[in-house]
Amino acid sequence: MLRDTLQQYVGQTGGLLQGLLAVQSERGFLPPNIESLAADVFNVSRAEVKGVIGFYADLTMEPPKKVTVRVCEAEACQAVGSRALKADLEKGLAYSGADVAIEPVFCLGLCSVGPAVQVNDKLVGRAELTNVGRHVVDAMEQAK
Amino acid sequence: MSKQQTVYLPLDSVAVSLGANDVARVLEEDGFTVVRTGSRGMHWLEPLLEVDRGGERVGFGPLTLENTEGILACLRGGNYDHPAYVGPIADIPFFARQDRQVFERCGVINPVDVTDYEAHGGLAGLRKALDMDPKDVCAEVFASGLRGRGGAGFPAGIKWHTVADAEADHKYIVVNADEGDSGTFADRMIMEGDPLLLIEGMAIAGIATGAAKGYIYLRSEYPIAAEVLQHAIAAARAFGITGSDVLGSGKSFNVELFMGAGAYICGEETSLLNSLEGKRGEVRAKPPIPALEGLFGKPTLVHNVISLCSVPKILEKGAQFYADLGMGKSTGTMPFQIAGNVKQGGLFEAPFGMTIRELVEELSGGTRTGRPIRAVQIGGPLGAYLPNEMLDLKLDYETLASHGAGVGHGGMVVFDDTVNLLAQARYAFEFCAEESCGKCTPCRIGSVRGVEAIDKLASGQDPEGQKELIADLCEVMVDGSLCAMGGMTPIPVESAMKHFPEDFNIHPAKS
Repeated sequence: MLRDTLQQYVGQTGGLLQGLLAVQSERGFLPPNIESLAADVFNVSRAEVKGVIGFYADLTMEPPKKVTVRVCEAEACQAVGSRALKADLEKGLAYSGADVAIEPVFCLGLCSVGPAVQVNDKLVGRAELTNVGRHVVDAMEQAK
Repeated sequence: MSKQQTVYLPLDSVAVSLGANDVARVLEEDGFTVVRTGSRGMHWLEPLLEVDRGGERVGFGPLTLENTEGILACLRGGNYDHPAYVGPIADIPFFARQDRQVFERCGVINPVDVTDYEAHGGLAGLRKALDMDPKDVCAEVFASGLRGRGGAGFPAGIKWHTVADAEADHKYIVVNADEGDSGTFADRMIMEGDPLLLIEGMAIAGIATGAAKGYIYLRSEYPIAAEVLQHAIAAARAFGITGSDVLGSGKSFNVELFMGAGAYICGEETSLLNSLEGKRGEVRAKPPIPALEGLFGKPTLVHNVISLCSVPKILEKGAQFYADLGMGKSTGTMPFQIAGNVKQGGLFEAPFGMTIRELVEELSGGTRTGRPIRAVQIGGPLGAYLPNEMLDLKLDYETLASHGAGVGHGGMVVFDDTVNLLAQARYAFEFCAEESCGKCTPCRIGSVRGVEAIDKLASGQDPEGQKELIADLCEVMVDGSLCAMGGMTPIPVESAMKHFPEDFNIHPAKS
């Protein structure tokens, strides 16, 4: 199953990276045997696979939380209070005990309507506690 | 309702992040035909609903779930008396003062409809290019004076000639759509609003240089752009803009979308090429230059999105038309992006030569918080922080360069008087440490030492010594880094220290 997904990218441009991304998007993370499996499928060393996984922020071997909140930490969002927003979100979510991860992201391209936040796949412009909170609740409902 | 009324609503990420999809659902349920377009770039009005009123497009904005019903009632009654009515789009001052060459169709047409694209002037450039000798196409781009819009400002024509003259069995066109700089979103907007323009520009470049394959390397933080591009690539293929017989010319050119994986450094062209080969996105030493040994070691034309999107117009109207826009060696138009703490942010396309102040104060109404502007960072995270007194500088490559700043990708991030420039300088080092590919030492280690030195400075541990250390570090990074990441991180740091010395004036702590 996993092998089949990877196999589709053999011989393609950037096949190793695209294959890993495909597995990541299918499962939400890369399973523990990915290194040996991808090394075998693409005929490269395990070190090379590990190197690629380690390089890209989107590739992870950690199973994701139910909801991931990505807060933009780049300059345009800093200028409209993203640092304080992130701290408030962390406080609020720690208090609620919900299965939510808060992660930094460097630019979502919403720099004119910051702070920018992404809750799972939903983009939130002019983010504040209330509208982010509403999207988190929606995402929790959907993940049930 | 007697007949279905057509309305236009952006699918642009900004509009969607402010609720455009929810509004679209209401409109469709109410029986309106909703055409999803790109954004006009007036982001404070998003989601901006447009309708045709006697042959011109008028708008309502911003739409919310609360005011949509009221606006729909107006539209059904042919009545425009509503507080959200903004009148004809073309008359809004922010829009009226632009000269849209690249973004002329953005927000007007259905982005993935080739017929709509052609009806609004699309494909004229490619048709002209197909009738010309490929050498003459390169010469036309050279004569236009077009410079790469990604940040470096390298003359495009030189690259085109280099790739065209290189002998090889395969050549490639690679679009750098890894727009990671904070404060920039022009690439995203054109890919969401007029992606066929990019494909047309790529096809022209392919035919001129002898490349039959093009890749768009897109950052993963742009999921809407990815979706629109997929549809546009399929539509272009079905229409014959790409494929084995480009518009019936017998020439072949194909386009493929390639997704990045969350690494800022992949916006650096050699790092991008490694990533496109499926490897770690580490920077390559230059030479060899990518134009001679790029993707898989073959001659490769790597261009920013806006550079390629500028090309069809150059072919259509001629190099001279384009060269007459702008000033000095900065020809043509530039999509400036006004972001950060700004009341009316967005995208403003104009010939080079306006002042920063005109854009951030006059047209954008100053800060969102209503406080005075203290600093503007121009050209992304590797760009200079300029103080209010310097905002009368003209926006062109040479003027800014002579003041230690750069146009970059045209992004301007506005900060009010609550900003602390020591914190921003620290962030510049921190960002470099986070995103460095690790290949060269000045960038990988210098950035970490920079953060430490600023922290010591802030806590008063030998402040003067730390400032000297930072200056020294910056010199090593500028002179010793392989690419712009390490080489330009000192620009925000040193400009902050130079123009805002009061923020770095820390008293020694008592020991």
